[in-house]
Amino acid sequence: MSSATLDRPVSATAPSAAASLLAVRALRKRYRSGDKLLEVLRGVDFDLAPGEFVSVIGQSGSGKSTLLHLMGLLDGADSGNVHLAGRRVDDLPGRERDRLRNADIGMVFQAYHLLPELTALENVLAPLLVRHGVWAWFRERGEARRRATDLLTRFGLGERLHHKPRQLSGGEMQRVAIARALVGGPRLLLADEPTGNLDAESGAGILDVLTALNRSEGLSIVLVTHDASIARRADRIVRLVAGRVETA
Amino acid sequence: MYKLLLCWRYLRTRWIALASVISVTLGVATMIVVNAVMAGFSHEMQTRIHGILSDLVFESHSLSGFQDPDWHMEEIRRAGGDQIVGMTPTVAVPAMLNFQVRGQWITRQVMLIGIDEATHASVSDFGRYLQHPANREQLSFGLREGGYDTVDSQAGGSEPTRPALEGAGWPHRRMRVERERVWREKLEAERAGAGAATVDPSPGSGNPVRPVDQQVDAVLAATAGTEPAPDAAAPKPADPFRKARPEEGTAMDPAKEQFTGVVPGIGLASFRDSNGVDRFLVLPGDDVKVTFPTAGTPPKAVSDTFTVVDFYESKMSEYDSNFVFVPIAALQRMRGMIDPQSGLASVNSIQIKLKDGADLDQVRDRLRKAFPADLYAVATWKDKQGPLLAAVDMEMAVLNILLFLIIAVAGFGILAIFFMIVVEKTRDIGILKSLGARAAGIAGIFLGYGLFLGIVGAGAGLALGLAIALNINTIRAGVEWCTGQRVFDPSIYYFFKIPTIVDPATIAWIVAGAIGIAVASSVLPALRAARLQPVEALRHE
Repeated sequence: MSSATLDRPVSATAPSAAASLLAVRALRKRYRSGDKLLEVLRGVDFDLAPGEFVSVIGQSGSGKSTLLHLMGLLDGADSGNVHLAGRRVDDLPGRERDRLRNADIGMVFQAYHLLPELTALENVLAPLLVRHGVWAWFRERGEARRRATDLLTRFGLGERLHHKPRQLSGGEMQRVAIARALVGGPRLLLADEPTGNLDAESGAGILDVLTALNRSEGLSIVLVTHDASIARRADRIVRLVAGRVETA
Repeated sequence: MYKLLLCWRYLRTRWIALASVISVTLGVATMIVVNAVMAGFSHEMQTRIHGILSDLVFESHSLSGFQDPDWHMEEIRRAGGDQIVGMTPTVAVPAMLNFQVRGQWITRQVMLIGIDEATHASVSDFGRYLQHPANREQLSFGLREGGYDTVDSQAGGSEPTRPALEGAGWPHRRMRVERERVWREKLEAERAGAGAATVDPSPGSGNPVRPVDQQVDAVLAATAGTEPAPDAAAPKPADPFRKARPEEGTAMDPAKEQFTGVVPGIGLASFRDSNGVDRFLVLPGDDVKVTFPTAGTPPKAVSDTFTVVDFYESKMSEYDSNFVFVPIAALQRMRGMIDPQSGLASVNSIQIKLKDGADLDQVRDRLRKAFPADLYAVATWKDKQGPLLAAVDMEMAVLNILLFLIIAVAGFGILAIFFMIVVEKTRDIGILKSLGARAAGIAGIFLGYGLFLGIVGAGAGLALGLAIALNINTIRAGVEWCTGQRVFDPSIYYFFKIPTIVDPATIAWIVAGAIGIAVASSVLPALRAARLQPVEALRHE
């Protein structure tokens, strides 16, 4: 993580959407709160090359979480579009977007968002459970369990497979969440302040995990944070100010 | 797959939702018990009614009836075809039953029914309801030499609740005649001693002068005659009635002979005291007077004396306190229903028994077509008791609606609790959506949860309901033992045990309905969950 990374131009404009894994064009999003219209995103352009690790940094309210939700197809933009691997995805029918979320996008949240009724292993299996129907599940479950167990073991949770989330520490929960995001074999990992609820040491552990995934497996990662020191772990930093990508 | 897993986990971790299905459980159990008991009552009642009435009743509109029952029976057989297995003619007229208790005359308004003792038992369960074992085999209007049941033969049990029937029959009759003879001698002695101006001669009785005088006259006449005693064990019914008319001058010995036999309903002659023991006002062996209209125009009231030979007990108080049975031939003769020229007798109605499983309504309609409707009425036993049976059906329908409303109320409980669970699970729903779960899948979790709860609730209700319905008499005994109160008083109802019929189809409907309500009440919360926006759901804390 050299300082040179920071010196690179922060403009996210790439020559064409087709070359990027993820491309966002002129994205606008408004929220209505009472009588006021809140312009959160005012035309954002953003590109992510395959295998790239990009941080999106901005202050609270700068629209970085909204941007991440739009990229993760959890929400719809008012205008603009989102391309995944060269294909426009934001206007796809709901079922198709559900399928993309399940198969191609992994998400990690600040509050971990594990299902409290399920054990660590079951939480990791959740995307595969969602993907397969009952019959397909019984066919696939051996392979799925093996993969989930491998991931958890790799993240140092081999002993905690059958613990419920409330029995795990924050760092452990976030590692379970990352394993869950990876188990379906996504091309893209979207992380929303993954270290926000963690102490410095656990947070550093999580960042190590993400960096290692990017380095060793070439996983494309978008990391949203307000903390410049965390953002610096990425290959490239995109600064979001008042709903626009700030060109330095 | 996640749907099943989450349903199962929610079911195991949300006890409050299980509490909400307790009302489903109770509703289902109550419905099963009520339906079983009502079906039992209804079936028991229908059996009783059907036991009294034959399958089909063919009757004339007029009291005088129609002539030549044999010809009619031929015609009925021709019209009804091979569905008909038995027929018997009857004569039914309104009448008054008079009997004397401690010197007082008691009069009851009754339906006097002349029956053919040979064939009547073949068209209905009439024979089963008699008190003498031999009469249950084959009815005879001759007085029996004792042996009447002191235990209610239909109720079972070993407690003799009818000790009075111990000496009934010829022994009772002989004792009574002997007592009257002693009285008469005392009376004559007093008359001889005190001359013509004596006052009430019989001590200890209210106003017995006239009846005693009558009986004394009868006894006087009888002692003078030399009639041979009829076979006490099996007297010929047709014979004694001809000779049993002392007022016409023929002498008879009441200790050895009887008048025409009569079988009154048990409710006319007895009552049940607070200890459950039946007290009898009249016993087999006693004589009664019956007043009935003749067949002429206008009808005139005539009276005749009969000897009680048995009691009829169908356990339907409506019939037990209304019906009086006598031999049809005697009634026809006494009412003048026999044509003096042709010698053909008339009857009011013909009772018809059909094959098991025959379509009553179809045969009825065929008979209605074959006979002019302005002269004859044809009705099934159900038609005859239509209002009563309809009332029971109605009662059952209303009860079912009310009880189903209880389950519906339980459904609203599930609805409320499910809304709470959806709110509580908002974040989890968002998580699942972010993992790619479809809206339909999210809705499926809650619908499946509702289905699970419905199955659990209805299943528990089914088990509870069946346990109660099948052991209801044990439970009744337990409650009676605990409270000291009679919960089910057999003297009020027709039955001695609470009858229950568990109908699998009814139970299937109840259980399916309860599960349906549970699923239906989870639809709204499920839709709400499905429509949640993932982003907002994820922000929810």
